[in-house]
Amino acid sequence: MDRRQSIQSLLMGSAMVGALALESCVGGDKEALAQKVWDHQYGRTPKEMEHDSRLLAEVFFNEHEQKTIHRLAHLIMPANEHGDIDQAGTLEFIEFMVKEYPGFQSPLRGGLMGLDHRCRKEYGTPFISLTEDQQHEVLTSIAYPDPEAQVQRQEVSFFATLRNLVVTSYYTSAVGIAELGYQGNQPNVWDGVPQEVLEEHGLSYPEAWMPHFLDVTKRNTQAEWDDEGNLIT
Amino acid sequence: MQIIDQSKTYDVVIVGSGAGGGMATKVLSESGLNVAVVEAGPYFDPADPAQQTQFKWPYESPRRGASTQRAFGDFDALYGGWEIEGEPYTQVGDTKFDWFRARMMGGRTNHWGRISLRFGPEDFKSKNKDGLGENWPISYEDIKPYYDKVDKLIGIFGTKEGLHNEPDGFFLPPPKPRLHELYYKMGAEKTGVKVIPSRMSIVTKRINQERGVCYYCNQCSRSCQIYADFSSSSCLVIPAHKNTGRVDLYMNAMVREVTTDDEGRATGVLYVNKEDRQEYRIKAKVVVLAASACSSARILLNSKSPQHPNGLGNSSDTVGRYLHDSTGADRMGFVPKLMNRKIYNEDGVGGLHLYSPWWLDNKKLDFPRGYHIEVWGGLGMPSYGFGFNHNYLNEYLGLPVGGYGPKIREEVRQYYGAVVGMSGRGESIALRDNYCEIDPNVVDEFGIPVLRFHYKWSDHERKQAKHMHDTFEQIIENMGGVVLGQKPGADQNYGLHTPGRIIHEVGTTRMGDDPKTSVVNRFEQMHEVDNVFIVDGGPFVSQADKNPTWTILALAWRTSDYIVEALKKQNI
Repeated sequence: MDRRQSIQSLLMGSAMVGALALESCVGGDKEALAQKVWDHQYGRTPKEMEHDSRLLAEVFFNEHEQKTIHRLAHLIMPANEHGDIDQAGTLEFIEFMVKEYPGFQSPLRGGLMGLDHRCRKEYGTPFISLTEDQQHEVLTSIAYPDPEAQVQRQEVSFFATLRNLVVTSYYTSAVGIAELGYQGNQPNVWDGVPQEVLEEHGLSYPEAWMPHFLDVTKRNTQAEWDDEGNLIT
Repeated sequence: MQIIDQSKTYDVVIVGSGAGGGMATKVLSESGLNVAVVEAGPYFDPADPAQQTQFKWPYESPRRGASTQRAFGDFDALYGGWEIEGEPYTQVGDTKFDWFRARMMGGRTNHWGRISLRFGPEDFKSKNKDGLGENWPISYEDIKPYYDKVDKLIGIFGTKEGLHNEPDGFFLPPPKPRLHELYYKMGAEKTGVKVIPSRMSIVTKRINQERGVCYYCNQCSRSCQIYADFSSSSCLVIPAHKNTGRVDLYMNAMVREVTTDDEGRATGVLYVNKEDRQEYRIKAKVVVLAASACSSARILLNSKSPQHPNGLGNSSDTVGRYLHDSTGADRMGFVPKLMNRKIYNEDGVGGLHLYSPWWLDNKKLDFPRGYHIEVWGGLGMPSYGFGFNHNYLNEYLGLPVGGYGPKIREEVRQYYGAVVGMSGRGESIALRDNYCEIDPNVVDEFGIPVLRFHYKWSDHERKQAKHMHDTFEQIIENMGGVVLGQKPGADQNYGLHTPGRIIHEVGTTRMGDDPKTSVVNRFEQMHEVDNVFIVDGGPFVSQADKNPTWTILALAWRTSDYIVEALKKQNI
């Protein structure tokens, strides 16, 4: 079944566990929700799928909050040739996490209001309406923890929490993983650290162990041992 | 409501499908016996796309793999955890035990680290050395043939090292160490700590046509879809079910008690079907408990009858006692030489390629028993949490911490793979006063009385944890690294994890020759009920500093052979 058909069958309530939650979701755009549910089809129990579908259907942040988070996220991780926070799904991820972990709700929502309060007081307008220079002025004052302080100021903690969510969302996205250069999560044959890397670090594999390490060319030959446990194939 | 009887009478009913239950299922069904397997969770097969998490990307999870739902992250294969909705447990006073439970076919073998260490000759007779705890009634020679058979059946990689208390086996070739593991080796050896290739139940070379050969994705904890790692479901229960035709699987079935006749002998088990919430009875000639150390103890303690007023086979008041988990402490170090690494596919197998077995003589130490060291690090796949406090390591380079903007990318990149961690896992002393019992006031959602725990670490374990941290610090410094975080002090038990956190709990139905001080005999047969056997971690007298799975498997095989013989001779 292709993606379009699958989403269709979700909407019809005829396929997969996610349909269960769609059924119970009152109101909202079912097609948009079906799309979101489809994006997360992976080894879930029915109970987990129901939980996820319910959270995906709920909305926590209002429009102004979303715009402010979007602007902040962009400033934290400005776009480059590899990708940006929109491609990384940063907003969708933060929206999900505040519902998943309610401990984020007050610090983030309150942090956003605190930020706007300060901006109105100092510049007469909420954060998103400041000029870029003014936004940098504000962020510079909250982006660095005080190394001497036992407890950081609220706005510093707020920014650190938001930055953590933005940075983690970027590097757990397709564009972020590609940018980082991570090359695994696929079938592969490990045959040790590349020689040039060993040399760069002045390291080598111990001579005594070399005969015992896996010979990758013989990995599909059935293992057999002598009576003393010596591998003979 | 009436109890519904299943019409069939079985030779054996097995409660639980983890390492012990899976092995019993295979051996007993292959020897021609009709077997019922009763499991508290659903059927699980990692080859089923609906249950698969292997090869998924973090962005396929709306929480990017965070551990908010599953204890070890969203892609971990395990259904269950330290907390299960509707299935509480309680604690006595301010004592604390964190109880990790699986609810799925294959049990906790779908999650574990696959570290598969045989106990050595000294591990069965530790009391001879320090006078603490109790010796096992059996010795290494009794179990060695079964360790050998388990090695060949399931597959384990390692190297023959000729170490007296770390016996060699029938090993597949190990994978070469990763870069950070070579750094660890250098630092550890400079510290006087021995380092050898790890020993894990992952198929690096073909062992049969049913199992695949490892393709190095580092995701054993997600349970392997080609069965290249050992999970009881994939490697024991599913093949036995498919190949013998003599195994019936009862899934989502929560066993309440073992049923008995007027002589006090077992007649089967009574369970609650989680789907229809009805009670059912399965009749069998033999009952094998493999529900996990504490769950099996709970079933026994809940199986009260006029013949067994203190719980089944518990006139010694030993069921539930001598509960003990491994000790554990962890530490991280930052290795500046590993900054700005060249990136390549470093996934390797799921877990460590090298480890350090216990290397010291306790005569020169202020604590008994030992621990082994596991090492972690490398160029892993990002998951939730990656990039949190992305530049906190700046502090060690004299640079400001924090900030935002384009520099984040450079900082994340330069620190990727530069942190190495170590975990010590050691042996605690089994104490009569560390126990689980039935809480008279609390039931789970199935109406079954729950366990209440009483567990306190002693100075033996605290001193061991302190020694772990001292050692980790030296190793990190000898690697050219900087130790991260403060050394935990006495107020924090020197960083010793809460009991239960290492998930190696054993000892609740311990083995012995004396029915007054033990629950089962040398063949894991209950002293007081000859047709009930226990093949999980419960019969362990002591747990060594070795992860218990390989010993559970070997003992379960040995016990199953004994059951087959006894049934043939009509002894039970």
